[in-house]
Amino acid sequence: MGASTITVTDSSFETDVLNSTKPVIVDYWAEWCSPCRLVAPILEEIASEHADRLTVAKLNVDENPRSAAAAGVVSIPTLAVYQNGEVVKIIVGAKPKPALLADLADFI
Amino acid sequence: MSDVRDVIIIGSGPAGYSAAVYTARADLHPLVFEGSVTAGGALMNTTDVENFPGFADGVMGPELMDQMRKQAARFGAELVSDDVVSVDLRGAVKTVTAGSGSIHQARAVILATGSGYREIGLPSEKRLSGRGVSWCATCDGFFFRDQDIVVVGGGDSAMEEATFLTKFARSVTVVHRRDELRASKIMASRALANDKIRFAWNSQVAEILGEDKVSGVRLTDTVTGDERTIDATGVFVAIGHDPRSELVRDQVRVDDEGYVLVDAPSTRTNVPGVFACGDLVDHTYRQAVTAAGTGCAAALDAERYLADAEDAARVGEPVSATA
Repeated sequence: MGASTITVTDSSFETDVLNSTKPVIVDYWAEWCSPCRLVAPILEEIASEHADRLTVAKLNVDENPRSAAAAGVVSIPTLAVYQNGEVVKIIVGAKPKPALLADLADFI
Repeated sequence: MSDVRDVIIIGSGPAGYSAAVYTARADLHPLVFEGSVTAGGALMNTTDVENFPGFADGVMGPELMDQMRKQAARFGAELVSDDVVSVDLRGAVKTVTAGSGSIHQARAVILATGSGYREIGLPSEKRLSGRGVSWCATCDGFFFRDQDIVVVGGGDSAMEEATFLTKFARSVTVVHRRDELRASKIMASRALANDKIRFAWNSQVAEILGEDKVSGVRLTDTVTGDERTIDATGVFVAIGHDPRSELVRDQVRVDDEGYVLVDAPSTRTNVPGVFACGDLVDHTYRQAVTAAGTGCAAALDAERYLADAEDAARVGEPVSATA
């Protein structure tokens, strides 16, 4: 993973995402998903530029099916924003950085 | 503002990268805007490409695009993973503004922005997008293991998606509005021979059903008008593509469907110094190899245009006098 994002798994989901004091954007992704790979560097940038406001967590759906199923993810990339343990925003599909920043305006 | 370059290429599918390889080898130092989340184009979401000449055993779409990208880079094409947000194509020097806000100028521009997937156009399709409605089988098929899926469409993309999805799904129903497939013979017979694939002929999707996730589709029979419902948890839409010409539609001539018009068999648009290639201009063939072919043609047309313009400038005549 990149320097600015964290990696989250089925077992660390509760600690790193649900119990986080900052909003967490979970990037549900997989190796075989081209749009996921294309949006990854944009998420790295957002993570590094807004590290004070939010955390970006990468969740590999292949290796962590429980979290993906619990979130009802059936399309990737899906970006889900968690705040105080609740999903407050869902963004489906890879988008250019300006569009993502607009979608995330409430959290940055 | 940076210096005026020879050529800027907008787009990075087979057309854009082929244009990049050729213009780079002609020493025109192309600047290529690959797109921030669309780099590589439509083939990035495919699996096996079996009909690109030179790959006897087929090649994965993303691998093919990666090779084209490296080939362009090897000859010095400058590749930028950013979008173009506006262009000014008038005059001898064209201006291109990137998503980052940077502004670039060139004497020639090659348009290769390709096409985007077409939507059915139902409110339920939008509402359930990412909740069972998908346009990318390679991305989302994984989530439908042992489930019943609908694929909408009758062309090669629909057959590829349907066949691919049988790896995961319990059943795949292809919904097609006619009673025969538009797909190539090999793709059609492969799908027709697959035990997991059923066909709903002469059928149109009237509604995608489900509250917060897909539960089925309501179909209308295109002949009798009868309605029926099939249960499904996933709906994959593969009914074709539309040209991505929004950026240039008010500056170059396009046809009724938005395809950029060129002076075929050349790639010249109606604006001097602006060339167009690939799926952006192509109603008819829409293949990786034809896109690569017209990308090459656009590069050669741009090279010729720049050479003519330089000759004209040297003898002190306006460009139009030599055209």
